[in-house]
Amino acid sequence: MEKSTGKARTNIPDLIFRGITIICAVGIVVIMLAIGIELFRNSLPSIREFGWRFLIDKSWNPVTGEFGAASSIYGTLVSTLIAMIIAVPMGLIIALFLTELSHPIVARIVGSAIELLAAIPSIIYGMWGLFILVPIMQSKVEPWLQNTFGDIPLFGVLFHGPPMGIGMLTAGIILALMILPFITAVTRDVLDMVPPVLKEAGHGFGATMWEVTRLVSMPYGIRGIVGAMFLGLGRAIGETMAVTFVIGNSHTISPSLFESGNSIASAIALEFGEAINDPIFKAVLIELGLILFVITFIFQILAQLWIARLKKHERS
Amino acid sequence: MSDNSVKEAEHKRNTVEETVLKHRIKVAERDGIDEAEDFDSLPSKIVVRDLDFFYGKHQALHKNNIEIKEKRVTAIIGPSGCGKSTHIRVYNRIYELYRDQRAKGEIILDGRNILSASEDLIQLRKKVGMIFQKPTPFPMTVFDNVAYGLKLHHMMSRRELADRVEHALKGAALWDEVKDYLNKSGLALSGGQQQRLCIARAIAVEPEVILMDEPASALDPVATSKIEELMSSLREEYTIVLVTHNMQQAARVSDYTAFFYEGYIIEFGPTKRLFTKPEKKQTEDYITGRFG
Amino acid sequence: MRTKSLTARRLLDLFIRTLAFASSIIGIIFLIWILWDVALRGFSAMDWNFFTRRTGPFTIEETGMANGIVGTLYITVLATLLGVPIGLLAGIYLSEFGRTHPLSTSVRFFSNILMGTPSILIGVFVYAIIVVPLWGFSGIAGGVALAIIMLPVVARTTEDILALVPNELRESALALGSPAWKMIVQIVFRAARSGLITGVLLAIARVSGETAPLLFTAFNNSHFTYFDTGGPLQYVYDLRQPTANLTVTIFNYAMSPYERWKEQAWAGSLLITGAILFISIIARIFFSGGRTRRV
Repeated sequence: MEKSTGKARTNIPDLIFRGITIICAVGIVVIMLAIGIELFRNSLPSIREFGWRFLIDKSWNPVTGEFGAASSIYGTLVSTLIAMIIAVPMGLIIALFLTELSHPIVARIVGSAIELLAAIPSIIYGMWGLFILVPIMQSKVEPWLQNTFGDIPLFGVLFHGPPMGIGMLTAGIILALMILPFITAVTRDVLDMVPPVLKEAGHGFGATMWEVTRLVSMPYGIRGIVGAMFLGLGRAIGETMAVTFVIGNSHTISPSLFESGNSIASAIALEFGEAINDPIFKAVLIELGLILFVITFIFQILAQLWIARLKKHERS
Repeated sequence: MSDNSVKEAEHKRNTVEETVLKHRIKVAERDGIDEAEDFDSLPSKIVVRDLDFFYGKHQALHKNNIEIKEKRVTAIIGPSGCGKSTHIRVYNRIYELYRDQRAKGEIILDGRNILSASEDLIQLRKKVGMIFQKPTPFPMTVFDNVAYGLKLHHMMSRRELADRVEHALKGAALWDEVKDYLNKSGLALSGGQQQRLCIARAIAVEPEVILMDEPASALDPVATSKIEELMSSLREEYTIVLVTHNMQQAARVSDYTAFFYEGYIIEFGPTKRLFTKPEKKQTEDYITGRFG
Repeated sequence: MRTKSLTARRLLDLFIRTLAFASSIIGIIFLIWILWDVALRGFSAMDWNFFTRRTGPFTIEETGMANGIVGTLYITVLATLLGVPIGLLAGIYLSEFGRTHPLSTSVRFFSNILMGTPSILIGVFVYAIIVVPLWGFSGIAGGVALAIIMLPVVARTTEDILALVPNELRESALALGSPAWKMIVQIVFRAARSGLITGVLLAIARVSGETAPLLFTAFNNSHFTYFDTGGPLQYVYDLRQPTANLTVTIFNYAMSPYERWKEQAWAGSLLITGAILFISIIARIFFSGGRTRRV
């Protein structure tokens, strides 16, 4: 009698099929690593040339060969920050509206509208930003901001300088519009998962809707909401087309939001064409890409770890 | 125990006795054999020796030993979670789909240990068919559902295929109801019809053993009785192993019954004897409804 | 102890409610505003030339974006042919074979990161590995870049959809003696068919609107790039050349100082937005009630 081993003979077609699927799955990992490696390899000329001070160097002169990443990093971070400041609270509150306040039919309609917004390609946002938002910013919004807040010490410096329409603030607003649907959708999912019993208990105490939300739903869903923020941030940081149209492409660092600047993605998009035949210039842009890659990678890892902790927390 | 529950237990016991009595008469009428069928002289289709089963680190079955007699219906009863389904799922090694489930021991089918490494699972499952608790029609037409298994194992002409499908549907007592709707989706049938479709699908490949894991528990009483009738007629060609939580069903339909509790086989024997003169107290307690 | 004023609490609640309502209205206003502008400006610039003529100097009336439209179609089809099968197979591994295996965990992890990687970097990557060593700027490079973007999305969506198929269905097929691959391809896939189609359509819709990854891969071209060998191939695009495409053309036109080009950029925007929304809506109707993957 043959011994029992618990395993059985696998037939050949299954083995082959399984092998193919494994290759495809591993392929994703390989591509991911290859991207990192290639970005690094192709930035080497620039890394060797400029070293670590590249990160804080503000200069940018393709003619003389002086380059620095500081303005691009600054622009990326500031535009993203503005976008988050606008989009996160707004997304949260719209999600709140959808889950608590609205009639189910209205929630469906608005929810679908949000999904549609998310599907619109970023170049459309860029175009709309350039041709429609910028004139409005230039003629109405920025002057108003300047008149209202410009004279406040310290804070007012944000609104100095000629209102061009194009610049950091506009870029931040367009970015906010772009990531708003995403943050709203994820936050809404999170709020939907709060068990009704908890909310009912809260209401049973005579709490108002906002209090229930603040004291029950949000603490319950805080991890998911933070996870959503992480992911939204990851998207905003790497966004190219929406920002490129309206940020102005100037390698300057200025405290004023009206000033134009650049982000890593916009710099690459706008200047790669020029840099094709200049090995150092090209390597510089690719190094910028490497920096963006590292920033995004770290954020993605943090977001993944956070979500993994969230799921473990849910299970217990 | 309160007065009421004693009465209930008594009532249950009487119902079971009645049922067993009726069944006893039926069997005697059908086979003309003596009440005490000679257990040892009947050929065993499946012999299980010291079967252990594990879900990860947790041991679900402990040293199961049992013999499934050929062309008889063997019922497996017990409270929920006692390992009934786990046990029969080893017979066709369907648990292999899940990484952390393992079986130890021997299961001899027709003289070969099917738990060995060299066992051809595809051939095993052709021999040992399975019906699940929830009807699982494939997302295709009625015809294609029944033909699926056939096409797996045989090359045959369209004519032959159609004949075999018709034969299987007749064997599952479904032909008359679907013969004009063979191109309808299997999902469009009622629950009871879907289950009979699954049975037709299973018998189309001409298995020798049919495992039934609570086949009627998701169905209404009318559909259930149809399935039970079917079991009686299927017994003539196939060895049937039936898991059920419905004791009356076990008493009605089966020749042999095994009582499981927490992964152990507490008692196994001819149905009539187990239900009227159980040897173990645990068995008696379960049958009379004192627990489970 | 001071009891909080009920009126104050109610006022705060009312304030929040109003804010929520207002924000939602603002969100919808922006949506309608953007779509309205795109539609208005796009329609007024769309004419027969737009669909039939290739791109050319802004001074000539008989110019359009036909080469861009054809190019985007070709590149998107190529991306689909590359990205969807590989993504499907990877998703099948995750859902049917790997499941809880450590390899699956890594694949999922990296998939998520790849999904979050800025598309312009993927364009730079493909520039380095395909454009430089092979044919220079080419439609093929553009297709590869878009395929890489699609890959993790299709893989994770496939895994999610397949995971919804109940295990009993798999067991039923196996119990009949089916080999694993047949069970997966003939039964599980069929059961998950509508969800998979939706997922794939949405992924296609998403990549067709990408601009950044095409900037240094497909680049652009002011001509139709058919094979010039005569015979049947002359109706097929030669994707080894820089290939005109809608999104990069829109970008170039919009950033230019010429009015006519800017108008045509709007027309292009309308076309691509309309196509994407159309595909997205069709895809969702197909699989109504399903949950789409966000992360």
